[in-house]
Amino acid sequence: MSTATTAGPRTVELGRAQAIALSGLDGTTVAVEASVNPGIPGIEVVGLPDASVNESRKRIRAALSNLGVRLKAMRYTVSLAPGSVRKVGSGFDLAIAMAILGAEGVVDPTRTAGAVFCGELGLDGRLVPVPGVLPTIVSGLRAGFTHFVVPAGCAAEAHLVPGAQVLPVASVAQCAVHFGATMDAPPVRVVEDREAGHGQRPQVHDLAVVQGQDDARFALEIAAAGGHHLLMTGAPGAGKTLLAGCLPGILPPLGEQAAVEVLALASLAGTFSAHDVPPLPPYETPHHRTTTAAMLGSSRPNSVGVLSRAHHGVLFMDEAPEFSRDVLEALREPLESGWCRVSRSWGSVDLPSRFQLVMAANPCPCGAGEAGRSGCTCTPHDRRRYRSRLSGPLLDRIDLRLDMLPVTPADVHARAQRETSEQVRARVIEARRIQAERYAGVDWETNGQTPGGWLRGHFRFAAHETRLLDRGLETGALTMRGYDRVLRVATTIADLRGAQRPGADELGAALLLRTQEG
Amino acid sequence: MRRQTLGRRGEDFAAEHLTGLGWTILQRNWRCSHGEIDIIATTPGTGTVVFVEVRTRSSISAGHPLESIGTRKAARMRRTAGAWLSQQPHFIPSFRIDVIGLVWAGETPELTHLEGLE
Repeated sequence: MSTATTAGPRTVELGRAQAIALSGLDGTTVAVEASVNPGIPGIEVVGLPDASVNESRKRIRAALSNLGVRLKAMRYTVSLAPGSVRKVGSGFDLAIAMAILGAEGVVDPTRTAGAVFCGELGLDGRLVPVPGVLPTIVSGLRAGFTHFVVPAGCAAEAHLVPGAQVLPVASVAQCAVHFGATMDAPPVRVVEDREAGHGQRPQVHDLAVVQGQDDARFALEIAAAGGHHLLMTGAPGAGKTLLAGCLPGILPPLGEQAAVEVLALASLAGTFSAHDVPPLPPYETPHHRTTTAAMLGSSRPNSVGVLSRAHHGVLFMDEAPEFSRDVLEALREPLESGWCRVSRSWGSVDLPSRFQLVMAANPCPCGAGEAGRSGCTCTPHDRRRYRSRLSGPLLDRIDLRLDMLPVTPADVHARAQRETSEQVRARVIEARRIQAERYAGVDWETNGQTPGGWLRGHFRFAAHETRLLDRGLETGALTMRGYDRVLRVATTIADLRGAQRPGADELGAALLLRTQEG
Repeated sequence: MRRQTLGRRGEDFAAEHLTGLGWTILQRNWRCSHGEIDIIATTPGTGTVVFVEVRTRSSISAGHPLESIGTRKAARMRRTAGAWLSQQPHFIPSFRIDVIGLVWAGETPELTHLEGLE
């Protein structure tokens, strides 16, 4: 006979566990509770679960049954609190399963209540890696938790966070035994994280293979050293794409904080791979038909856009004028603030996206090239309209604008050994070191992010040094914004030369690298 | 044992069980166009009218009998109960729907009584 008919007070046995609901890189602690009550048998999940969380009921039922845990013919109500936060993804499986086992009395609920669980269940009880383990642990630590249970396949990722006590488990049975259950934990094959799931990293070239283009090489070195955004305009075949492909190879290594941020974003995007530790500066080359939603991300909860995947790295937009106007204008705020703030119907997410922008453009739509060369069929009107696709506010944020000339036969036959990326990179690293010293007390790190006013105040240029620039300002060839951009680039040139401060030489050189006014 | 026979025996067993608890059986296998109610009974004391659905299985290899009550079956039972109530001459102040699950594996069945279906 069942005892369900006897009503009255009884000691409440709730199963408890903790989980983290991610929204971008920030997580909210979710208290998972499970209660067993009379009712139609089954598992019910309340607390804004999305479809994938709701499906976990079926996975858990099957996994527990296959482990030999027979659930009672009663209603299991699982609550994910706070109920107002949306829960997304299959990572809640383990926490829900442990709460149910706690309510069953199989594991000790007082011990599971203090640990954060994350992982998806296979039907045989094995644990499958989930995206976002790294930000989950970082958020959990911030919320005051120290114990984390993660799928064994995510162990490498989880161990990257200092201060967290991580328990990697291969199956829910192994996890249950750790928390006081007496059951067989048959060894299961560890489900490894997928290997390089999202295709290869775009190819990075060595500067040694670049023929000619000395100006462009110099501009690229400045861009790398000062973190300046770069626009290259030139005929097809001038080497724009090749040069852009050299930039990641001459960037300095990522700092510790930057590396963690890059890995956390990779983890959230589901592209984390243990082979990428320590990470290289990201390099993203979106196709020009990429949509705004794909660039900004967060079209679905926890989806990471191209701009955020390029965080602390290079975003190379080849054929920049061919991108839709929406995409180009959407770049403005991330360029300014370093964040992608996206609000959608389901909520609002902030993802970091401080990238270095490199754009390549043809001078005209037909692509035949330079003015005065044969073959170009574009009218002046066509050319002007093509150029105007890159709007003023966007160009304002690009320090280096370079016109590239086609490669000449002399360049092709030159026998001189070109500098390799490694040699250039050494100078870049040194220039970044000088910048780090200069900007020790302020909240930016590179010349590319420095306000012009700060540089003017810091260096106190003499009139004879800035004569050329002042003249440009007088005649209207330079705006004040353009003036400040020249100062920033000149400072980077000085840093590369190891000079104490930019002088007339550096300012002149910087002025020469500005080929479009404004 | 045939399926209908098992179900019939389960209903008989449940009716006896309820009578043993002091309940008064009003009707068995009441039918209308909406469906059928296995047992209609009143509880002792409060006199609440209870519509009882009995589910019997010979083993739990295909799950517990109570699990076989889905949202559609529950809705159908509510409609059927409503039809019965509307035919009564007197006002019925309190009623509810119960489900009894029987697992008849050995000599005597194992009975689970679920009060108040949601």
